[in-house]
Amino acid sequence: MDERDQRHAPSDDQERPGDAADWKSRLVKSLLGLAASIVLTLASFWAAGTHLVWGPGVPVLLAALAIGQMGVHLVFFLHVSSGPEGTNTILALAFGVFVVALVVFGSLVIMANLDAGMAGMDGLTRMQR
Amino acid sequence: MNAATTPVAEVGMSISERGPSPRTVIVGYGFWLFLLSDIILFSALFAAYAVLSGRTADGPSGALLFHRDSVLIETGCLLLSSFTCAMMSLAIEFRRKDWMLLGAGLTLALGAAFLWLELTEFGAMLAHGAGPDRSAFLSAFFALVGMHGLHVSLGLGWLVVMMAQVFTLGWRAMVRDRLACFALFWHALDIVWIGVFTIVYLGAR
Repeated sequence: MDERDQRHAPSDDQERPGDAADWKSRLVKSLLGLAASIVLTLASFWAAGTHLVWGPGVPVLLAALAIGQMGVHLVFFLHVSSGPEGTNTILALAFGVFVVALVVFGSLVIMANLDAGMAGMDGLTRMQR
Repeated sequence: MNAATTPVAEVGMSISERGPSPRTVIVGYGFWLFLLSDIILFSALFAAYAVLSGRTADGPSGALLFHRDSVLIETGCLLLSSFTCAMMSLAIEFRRKDWMLLGAGLTLALGAAFLWLELTEFGAMLAHGAGPDRSAFLSAFFALVGMHGLHVSLGLGWLVVMMAQVFTLGWRAMVRDRLACFALFWHALDIVWIGVFTIVYLGAR
């Protein structure tokens, strides 16, 4: 324990009989997260196999469901919040999402572009034959 | 990270008056930065898979190889293990070794069930000649899904060590910090798996 911990020691290491309500709300929060996650997972698997949704719309629907489920996990299980202690966490998360988007979409765009270029070369060599 | 760790007297203070954050917040933030770097590692593998998923070299495609039923069960195992892991965190806060052991044991069992299903799937693919050497698509598949599986295996090993530490070292701050980091790690792996089952298994056509 360092000095930072000392200030919080009384609330940290005692039995906390008054926290029964907190215990219940935490359990309810986890259960809500689990239920939302299960519903979104089943919705994803349904969307992937259904013919009720217009074909080209399915990937968009899947992406929306996946992002929603990731949000559920962040809030209900990783406890990311906009509270005073959460500001740094949110900033780091935003930067992480930015880098991930850059890597994934950057790779897709560049590789598709190179691929289109290669197809042109391929056609060129075929014409020369 | 949540309001419960901030004492009531400090809520109304400005940031400059509040002093350093409690240890749990700092530890959580440090581990959160590691997790984000880990997710960026996964994003590179996701990018490779997205680029190469159509390059089957006349070999089997994802639609032929993947069984959505078993993937749904694997997903269920991971989601439930995330819940039992949250129960374990709750038990740790209330210093209940019995409930902590139950939560950790269930998390361990569900994680092992997930790994077993995944390894069976890999084994069946290898037996049909669809190994990572077959095509660029399969190389990218085994790299991405295998990396997630490797993380789950390491997480299970970590959890076993933590269960032992709770009994040998007790509820000291060091052990609680490590358990909190493990919980963050385990939930973050679930987020990666959401990406895997959406892009790899449901995206295959």
